[in-house]
Amino acid sequence: MRRYAAYVSLAVFIGLTVAGLCLDEFRAVVANAINICLSCIGIG
Amino acid sequence: MHLTARVRRVADRLSRRRWIQILSLIVLNPVIPNFFTGTIVQARSKGICVPVLNCYSCPAALGACPIGSLQHTFAGIRTRLSLGELQLGLYALGSIGIVGSLVGRFPCGWFCPFGLLQELLYKIPGRKVRIPKILRYLKYVVLVLTVFVLPALVLNAVGFGDTWFCKWICPAGTLEAGLPLVAANAGIRGMVGLLFVWKVALLVLFLLWMIVSYRPFCRTICPLGALLGLFNKISFLRLKIDQSHCTSCGSCSRACPVELDVPTQANSPECIRCLKCVKACQVGCLDYQFPLHESRPEPAGDPEI
Repeated sequence: MRRYAAYVSLAVFIGLTVAGLCLDEFRAVVANAINICLSCIGIG
Repeated sequence: MHLTARVRRVADRLSRRRWIQILSLIVLNPVIPNFFTGTIVQARSKGICVPVLNCYSCPAALGACPIGSLQHTFAGIRTRLSLGELQLGLYALGSIGIVGSLVGRFPCGWFCPFGLLQELLYKIPGRKVRIPKILRYLKYVVLVLTVFVLPALVLNAVGFGDTWFCKWICPAGTLEAGLPLVAANAGIRGMVGLLFVWKVALLVLFLLWMIVSYRPFCRTICPLGALLGLFNKISFLRLKIDQSHCTSCGSCSRACPVELDVPTQANSPECIRCLKCVKACQVGCLDYQFPLHESRPEPAGDPEI
């Protein structure tokens, strides 16, 4: 059973990643990451 | 010449894992000139979620921290949903899940720059302190509360939440991004306030703790380690023990830096997959399992010895 769990888990998360890409989440991640997040670094 | 010999001697002493950790640090953070200009990388590579806690506001970073990305998504999730925009953090969560399904917490032990720092500080000689086992559960509380729940529920006047983990806790962000940017960017330096003082104080506390305990941040706080650890029991990369050959000598457990009883907890969520236990096993009954990896040959001689 455990032998197949890795395959199932991998398939599910590949599916989630593809779904996220289809929802344009890659662009959203880029948009966040290319700006200095002031609150993230303890400013503000 | 003398210096070259010394460098070579140090290099010879480094393990393969240490070399990979150093290489990972360089590959993830190659844009060193940004440390002097106080700016960050603005390339599309910043959309790639790396499987380690490497702050994307670090001047030299090429990729995105998946925990930071998840918090940003959840911080704006309610506002975006009310506007009909469906962004649920599936890409960041999926990226973590893919790595977790393949290798579990292996990136913690082999690729994480903040893990490398903790291991180096622990090498400072002196009295060492074990971490109480109860504290290992804290990272799950941190994960659920500061990455998912609070960013989504506590909103400001314009309808956005905060990145609670990054803002209030993450010492990796303070070290990799906060301090370098404050040092090099006068504009940011002018905005420093009490929050920054809190973050630096927390960083100092963690640095001191790292000297006396092995990887305290990874074992008690890190939300990415908590997530990846959940995959340890099912991932393709797993430790396997041939119980019929095990002599219960305890070498593996003594070698385990996170203080696991390896024969019974080999695939525990706490295991960072450093594989020191595999190296320590004298009878060859402990090995890792991964597609295409050939198992260690049977030990020579009587397996009962």
